[in-house]
Amino acid sequence: MTRRSVILDICVRAEFHTLIGVSLYLLFAGHNQPGGGFAGGLVASCAFCLLFVAGGEPEVHRVIKVPPTVFLGGGLLLAVLTGTVPLLLGDEFLESAIFSADLPLLGQVKATSVLFFDIGVYLVVLGVLLMLLEQLGTADGVDHDPVEGQRGRTT
Amino acid sequence: MPPHRHVGRLGCRRCGVPGSLVGEYIRRASREEEPPLFALLLAFVAVASILPLAARWMGPRAFYVAALPPLAACVWALSNWGSLAGGGSVEEQVEWVPALGLTLGLRLDGFGFLMVGLVAGIGVLVFVYARAYFHEGDPITGRFAATLLAFSGAMLGLVLSDNLLALFLFWELTSITSFLLIGTNDEKAAARSGALQALLITGMGGLAMLGGFILLGETAGTYSMSAILADPPSGTVVNWALVLVLIGALTKSAQAPFHSWLPNAMNAPTPVSAYLHSATMVKAGVYLVARFSPAFADAPTWRPIVVTAGITSMLIGGYRALRQFDIKLVLAYGTISQLGMMMVLFGVGTPEATFAGCTLLVAHGIFKAALFMIVGVVDHQTHTRDLRQLSGLGRRWPVVAATAGVVAASMAGLPPLLGFISKEEALYGLEQTGFAWGPWLLAGVVIGSALTVAYSARFVWGTFGPSEGHAGAAGEVVGPDAPHPGRLFVAPAALLAVLTVVFGLVPAPVDATVAHAYESLWGVGPERNLALWHGVKLALWLSVVAIGAGVALFATRIRVERLQGRMPSLPSAQGGYDHSLRGTLRGADALTGVVQNGSLPVYLGVILATVVVLPGAALIGSPISTELWLADSPLQLLIGLIMVVAAIAAARVGRRISAVVLVGAVGYGMAAMFEIQGAPDLAITQVLIETLGIVFFVLVFRHLPDRFEQRELRFSQFPRVAIAVLSAVFMFVFTLVIVGSRTEAPISSEFLERAVPEGGGNNVVNVILVDFRGFDTMGEIAVLAVAALGVAAVVRGNRRGPHDGEHDDDDDDHDSGDDGSGAAHESSQVMTGTDAGDSAEETAGPAVGQPVRDAAGDDR
Repeated sequence: MTRRSVILDICVRAEFHTLIGVSLYLLFAGHNQPGGGFAGGLVASCAFCLLFVAGGEPEVHRVIKVPPTVFLGGGLLLAVLTGTVPLLLGDEFLESAIFSADLPLLGQVKATSVLFFDIGVYLVVLGVLLMLLEQLGTADGVDHDPVEGQRGRTT
Repeated sequence: MPPHRHVGRLGCRRCGVPGSLVGEYIRRASREEEPPLFALLLAFVAVASILPLAARWMGPRAFYVAALPPLAACVWALSNWGSLAGGGSVEEQVEWVPALGLTLGLRLDGFGFLMVGLVAGIGVLVFVYARAYFHEGDPITGRFAATLLAFSGAMLGLVLSDNLLALFLFWELTSITSFLLIGTNDEKAAARSGALQALLITGMGGLAMLGGFILLGETAGTYSMSAILADPPSGTVVNWALVLVLIGALTKSAQAPFHSWLPNAMNAPTPVSAYLHSATMVKAGVYLVARFSPAFADAPTWRPIVVTAGITSMLIGGYRALRQFDIKLVLAYGTISQLGMMMVLFGVGTPEATFAGCTLLVAHGIFKAALFMIVGVVDHQTHTRDLRQLSGLGRRWPVVAATAGVVAASMAGLPPLLGFISKEEALYGLEQTGFAWGPWLLAGVVIGSALTVAYSARFVWGTFGPSEGHAGAAGEVVGPDAPHPGRLFVAPAALLAVLTVVFGLVPAPVDATVAHAYESLWGVGPERNLALWHGVKLALWLSVVAIGAGVALFATRIRVERLQGRMPSLPSAQGGYDHSLRGTLRGADALTGVVQNGSLPVYLGVILATVVVLPGAALIGSPISTELWLADSPLQLLIGLIMVVAAIAAARVGRRISAVVLVGAVGYGMAAMFEIQGAPDLAITQVLIETLGIVFFVLVFRHLPDRFEQRELRFSQFPRVAIAVLSAVFMFVFTLVIVGSRTEAPISSEFLERAVPEGGGNNVVNVILVDFRGFDTMGEIAVLAVAALGVAAVVRGNRRGPHDGEHDDDDDDHDSGDDGSGAAHESSQVMTGTDAGDSAEETAGPAVGQPVRDAAGDDR
């Protein structure tokens, strides 16, 4: 990334948060309207792709400080926990429950426990993309790790 | 799986998806039906999991904590003694996977009691012994103690399981823990290869045994061992099933020709050898044979195999033991020999021999564990196990020497010890078989016993006697100034020595145990009692002959050794293992070279050709749907036209980036089609995937040349063109046929109906994804995560070498391939430039090949 386009930069910064907002909307609205964890995760992924195109890896790292494996593992863990909690309560694995509550401003809100599962999906999808960006995104042999370089070839 | 009423729940019985053992347990515990046996096994797991922590601040004293679960098991077994009389048993059922008929049926009967006594009783002593064996501050203490206790629990589960599948599970657990324990000193190549050899051989046997169990279980209609043995099936299938089961039993009990792993397992720390590789785990095979013999001994495959393997092992083991200079190996080959004798006794399948076998199980467990403990003491204090170097230890450590003398005399079968009683019983039992070949078997056992006497003497004399002028004696003499072992170190072995004397003089407790065991196997009580003196009978004379011959062998040991040295070397089991291992590796390399040659066009070609040939063949003659119309709206026609043009152009353009964009255009067209059909979810997902796909192609293409290489059509490309055209034709016809071939009502209506009341959502697609088919989705995201990690591994691995970038792969895997094609790209770069066979070896090398090669190189 030698040259950076100022226009692209500004546009991306303006758009990034909107895209994340859209992705969250898709995630939470998904149970009743088009969307869901998968689509939401993909939109968030696109947002990070834009960041990457505009500013390269440093730009992505500026926004997200933890390694992508945290998203992968966290998402999977959340999904598995969503399945396990009903098990501990004496129900079947992944049994869903429906909650509803009256919240100020939002009125009656209905949510199901699978929302957590969907959040897990969202996180995994985003994690996969961040992982790929990190791995494929670096230019030719930029981070040549000498230890890594020797492994396996010596046999 | 057709749609049915239970969609979306894991525990759905019709889907066969398993429920959870823990969940079941918690449910039962909450109803206060806590099964004590199962709780006992859980206690092993629980204590094992805290041991690494405990060892951090307790040091080797953590072994005392580890001794508690086996102690509890002992107490529990003793407290149930009363209900075992008359062939009674204590039973307990825990449903595990009902769909597979997998019940954790636990059952303690008389024979189980005998085995629990060995596993738990010797277990307690071994843990006490290990406390003295390990030094303060040894970093592996915690790991070792936890693994040893895990083994102990698995072994207990093995002898208590009534369900064959559960038995198999525990069987494999003991193999795995044995593997970990042999490899405790993992910086030693010999320990690693010994561990691997044990795992490969017993694991292979275990798989064969599983096959046998399944054949048996399916034939009998139940997997409950007690039910199968009560009403044994017969027939050709059962005969073969028994062969498979026997392979498992013989590998586990280190019987010829599978015995080569046991000597190499002696690389384990001595507590492991004393516990797993003499007293308990290697007896699992004997245990299984003992259980099956009363029901199956008359099957045509049973006796020939068990008795031949047993008597061969007994003789080979005894003969080899006489050649060893390492005192631990003397005992290891002795164990093979003694296990062979047990196999013969149980495998013959007559009541008298079984009675003798039960007695020998107890006697052997006691004296062999004690002998190994003494080897550990010697090794620990002198740092050698070479009997040519050890000298004068007898005078320096009289107590240790006396202990060793007593237990070795028990092994040799001298009166008035328990070993003598068990050998008398064995000779008597084999005398009574009534088979034509019975006398030959008896003769074989007498020779084996003579060898046992000789190697027992060799062990005691070599370890504690003076240094002798052995042929090629090497190194300095060790012993006269060896430091004294602590009392605690010797106490477990001494206790066992006392037991072997007491039980010899007063055999009543052993007699009661053996009688119960016998009764649980045969259903009736034994007609015999254990006694030191049965009068002057044939067995006594044979004993005298065996002892006399053994003493003579020992007295002329120098000549015997020379004679053994001059014998032509027979094909050894170790050689057989090495050859088959090398052959397997070479075969795997060759196969990998052919199947995974690293060329993406070939991979893609194979996949597409398979699609064309297999489902394609099924299409021939199928009617094409009659209800076809061109389009619902002119817009569809227009989009379709754009897609067709883009697809053709994608195949024609010269630049990679243009091809990807054109393929993307096809995908966006598809998304538009979805939207027109009223499927916004699909459309959104399709658009997003296409976008990300293009981004990743661009990222990958930075490593590739700008243009494809050969654009002009050559004759050599004809197969590819043919595959491409055929798969296109296939897809076209397939679509036409599939549209009209629905016979069942679509499940979508059921989903639509149930989405709101059961899933709580109006977006049916999402409800299906996260609720009705939630488990599928969980699998998919797990696959996604693994794929991402795989890409990371491949890319990172690839960075080590220069990119050569000479590709001509035209993959247009545009839909789900944003991660997959990346992985394939990178792996193909790893492969190119090297010969196919070499590259296969290279990739297999660091992961699998390395320890295996160690094993192959370690010729014994």
